[in-house]
Amino acid sequence: MHHSLPLVWRRIPERYNLIGCKCETCGTPYFPDRKICPKCRRKGKLVKQKMPKTGTLYSFTRVHAAPSGFEHESPYWLGIVELGNGVRILSQIVDSPEEKVVIGASVTMVFRRIYADAEEGIIAYGYKFKTI
Amino acid sequence: MRKVSVIGVGLTKFGEHWEKSFRELAVEAGARALADARLEGGKIQALFGASMSSGRLVGQEHVGALLVDQLGLTPIPAIRCEAACASGGVAMRAAWFAVASGAYDIVAVGGIEKMTDVSTEDVATALGGAGDQEWELFNGATFPSIYALMARRHMHDYGTTEEQMASVAVKNHANAAKNPYAQYQKEITLEQALKAPLVSSPLKLFDCSPITDGAAVAILAAHEVANIYCEQPIEIAASAQASDTLALASRASLTEMRATKIAAKEAFKQAGLEPKNIDLAEVHDCFTIGEIMAIEDLGFFEKGQGGPATEAGRTALGAEISVNTSGGLKGKGHPVGATGIAQICEIVAQLRGQAGARQLHGAEVGLTHNVGGSGGTAVVHILKKT
Repeated sequence: MHHSLPLVWRRIPERYNLIGCKCETCGTPYFPDRKICPKCRRKGKLVKQKMPKTGTLYSFTRVHAAPSGFEHESPYWLGIVELGNGVRILSQIVDSPEEKVVIGASVTMVFRRIYADAEEGIIAYGYKFKTI
Repeated sequence: MRKVSVIGVGLTKFGEHWEKSFRELAVEAGARALADARLEGGKIQALFGASMSSGRLVGQEHVGALLVDQLGLTPIPAIRCEAACASGGVAMRAAWFAVASGAYDIVAVGGIEKMTDVSTEDVATALGGAGDQEWELFNGATFPSIYALMARRHMHDYGTTEEQMASVAVKNHANAAKNPYAQYQKEITLEQALKAPLVSSPLKLFDCSPITDGAAVAILAAHEVANIYCEQPIEIAASAQASDTLALASRASLTEMRATKIAAKEAFKQAGLEPKNIDLAEVHDCFTIGEIMAIEDLGFFEKGQGGPATEAGRTALGAEISVNTSGGLKGKGHPVGATGIAQICEIVAQLRGQAGARQLHGAEVGLTHNVGGSGGTAVVHILKKT
């Protein structure tokens, strides 16, 4: 879904700074942001919360058949990162030597360009992770 | 709820149908199902259609009315169901509800997808919509990569191997080779599967289901009228469905599909049966790891034993439980909206003893398992001989 400025713009807090939320009733953190706590529903009270920027690699893959917008990066690593507070997040894994991309590896968030939808089109930025 | 039976089924051949349009495929399968049920079209009271992404793939929405129109069934009501790759299963369940509730006596349910009219990139984008647009696709995830993340964790937690995943593809191709409706009617070797190019590690080309055109239609009738039209009605003993988060990362486990487990539990309860009573199952093997997780989550094998069981031949045609006798999504092909109905067609053919070279002798009870996305939707049906 490229070529849509509002689609990119309205997610800036989450994608630039990992701002998710936390339910004050049950204490569960969520990323991305939610409007209803699935555990507490109407009794829940969600407030914005910044996620920790470090975690461990929970699973990973190397994408060889890239979707449009990512062709020039192929092959690239994609992972599910478990952040320090237990929240899991899907992200590209970059700037990491192959031997370090293993389950359990320590990773930290970096700010990167995600894609540009045309030569002079919208450039979307956001989080990626790298091994430390 | 009253008992509902399948009284007719019809399929097109699955494959690349350059010469046929979306509507032509639907009509071909529909006409075959009506002929199979020995039914005049005028007896059909409502139609349930399934297509995941006709808008993106052929630029056509409003598929319900189109199907009724082209099948010559106006003015009966038509409803289109969409649940990504589980669209067919969800339509089947909607049709079952419509008859079980007493609202209608006879309905048609059809699934269709025409995937080869656009480029591979456009197909990938359309299928990507089954996942979470904002938190998976945005970050460069593809559909195979989501299943690859499950596969990698399954390997880590249970020791599942690439050879075990490849053995799913080898088995399903062997079954497809015996199915005249299948896209790939030839066997492959373990070595071929293991040496194939990587799509998203550890998944290689033969771990992935193909891009397919095809349609499938079933005619459902209230049990009390089924015998008027059909000598061998097949009873729908259970119809169950469950949902989960759209994004994989939001789930507690990457190595099981909770929606499958819950739908299966409910289906077995409805049918009064256990996993050991099932003779054959059509499970959702869009990727080989999908079949390994499915046979665990459905209760046929312990968690972590899906890989070793497949490698040992325990899921081959005529073995302990025959899994994907049709060739599955891998060998038969995966026209996404049609898949859930095509699974029903295979079980009906097997239970009637009409499955030809791939016939499982003595088949009495069959199960279908249809997944949307990476497990956001799961639908389970149990069918049995009456």
